[in-house]
Amino acid sequence: MSEKYSSSELLICLASRIMEDGTTAFIGTGIPMLAASLAQSMHAPNLVAVFEFGGTGAILEKLPLAVGDMRTFNKAVHASGICDIMETSQRGFIEYGFLGGAQIDMYGNLNSTAIGDVLHPKVRLPGSGGGNDVGSCCWRTIAVMPHDKRRFVQKLDFVTTPGYLTGPGAREEAGLPRGTGPYRVVTSLGVLGYDDETKRMKLLSVNPGVTVEKVVENTGFDLLLEKEITHNPPPTDEELNILRTKIDPDGLYR
Amino acid sequence: MIQRPDPEGFRQWNRKKNKRLVNKLMTEEEAIERFVKSGDYLGFELYGTVRCPMTLTRALVRSGKTDFRVAGQGVHELDMLLATDRIREIDFTYIGLEVYGVDSNVRRAVESGKVKNVVEWSNAAITWRFKAAAMGVPFVPAKSMLGTDTLRRSAAKVIECPFTGEKVCLIPALVLDVGFIHVSRADKCGNSQIDGISGFAFEMSRACRRLVVSAEEIIETDEIRAHPDRTIIPYYLVDAVVHAPYGSWPGEMAGYYERDEEHYKMYVEKQATAEGMAGYVQEWIFDLPNHKALLEKVGMDHLRSLNIRGDWI
Repeated sequence: MSEKYSSSELLICLASRIMEDGTTAFIGTGIPMLAASLAQSMHAPNLVAVFEFGGTGAILEKLPLAVGDMRTFNKAVHASGICDIMETSQRGFIEYGFLGGAQIDMYGNLNSTAIGDVLHPKVRLPGSGGGNDVGSCCWRTIAVMPHDKRRFVQKLDFVTTPGYLTGPGAREEAGLPRGTGPYRVVTSLGVLGYDDETKRMKLLSVNPGVTVEKVVENTGFDLLLEKEITHNPPPTDEELNILRTKIDPDGLYR
Repeated sequence: MIQRPDPEGFRQWNRKKNKRLVNKLMTEEEAIERFVKSGDYLGFELYGTVRCPMTLTRALVRSGKTDFRVAGQGVHELDMLLATDRIREIDFTYIGLEVYGVDSNVRRAVESGKVKNVVEWSNAAITWRFKAAAMGVPFVPAKSMLGTDTLRRSAAKVIECPFTGEKVCLIPALVLDVGFIHVSRADKCGNSQIDGISGFAFEMSRACRRLVVSAEEIIETDEIRAHPDRTIIPYYLVDAVVHAPYGSWPGEMAGYYERDEEHYKMYVEKQATAEGMAGYVQEWIFDLPNHKALLEKVGMDHLRSLNIRGDWI
């Protein structure tokens, strides 16, 4: 890794570049907040950030520290509550949803509930929160996480948030809204997507200095590979400048 | 299921609630003494450390009442109850420290088996449980939790929709024995206004047998009547009103003050160990008789330095 930027800064830039202008994105705590703010400053000034506890359309001038703090409705168009946001998502208004977790499997299912048996957990994790709801009802979800074998596993200890569940057709069979599901995984090693036919995770591009072999080695399940795997450009000077001077001047995510 | 839906019982309870505009102003100790009993099912309305009813929580811990069942869409307040072994069962959605990571109190309490029963839900599901109760019906259908272990470890059920044929998740109504909500302003009868986002205050306030409200400011009923569109919680839902300036400290309050980041970082370090947490609870809860003593200990100069608008206190 170059000394010019940190791994967090790279994740933020990669996530930011995925966000489109003029659409809606359900934003969780941490890296997605910085990514949304960066996207608003770069290519997506009309990105509508939606926060779980009621903020819609905030202008993200200062970095929120929590999904309910007052920066999540800074100069926003609406300050409502969690029912309004979750119901807006349930009736199909939210395009992107950001997720994280302690474990992910090849179908993009996520565990943020427990390591070990949930009834006698080795580690009790924070739980679903809004994660399950985002994974259920947003059109396209993007998971952001570090990439290693402990996290990219064959079998989750607990399915907190639905990805493609057990494969093609499983979401629809379970009753989840049609046409929804995992879209991208942004990791410390690259960007992954999903195969249209099998719904299995597929490597699309690698981060600067990362080889395909390294991604495969750090993944605990059989990873599909895109025919032509591309290289993600490093953060640009403009992206880094905005991040460091405007969005995160205190360097919380450097 | 920890608390079963009972819309008929709730209707009868609500029929008997006092509908008169009377003065319900009291201290936090009196509110806890009169309206909470050991074994109750409790709920707190907040998001992370935002608008967290901490004054009420400290009084609850000091009261010695215990054996509670709780709805766990909480963070900072549940830490205090978990650390003092007051919780028997949890309807669990999220207990964590957000950017500061996993919550050590919940790890200790759940991994050791001190909390006897944990039932999983999503944030939308637990809020829709309140909404169903607020609607006066036994459940609402939803498109969350389907296909996951979250659903299997919840008490929701899946049926085929009689209209569309698709599978829907039925989210059972949840009526709290006692709810706790911290608001921006209330009159002495309980009519309450909240600045900024209102989280799940609207739904939860309508899903409580008893409701204790604490407020940054107490205002005249005439002010409430001048802006009735601002009332999120009408008085007849409320049993007690507690005047608690900085009642969310060390958390934040939209339009009033920011989170006390210095104190919170110290707290995050303390909660990492059982000893550290016990010391914290001793110093910041048990060694203080009431909210006034807490404000004196923190210091008004320090509290005012957190203010967003300087003129309110």
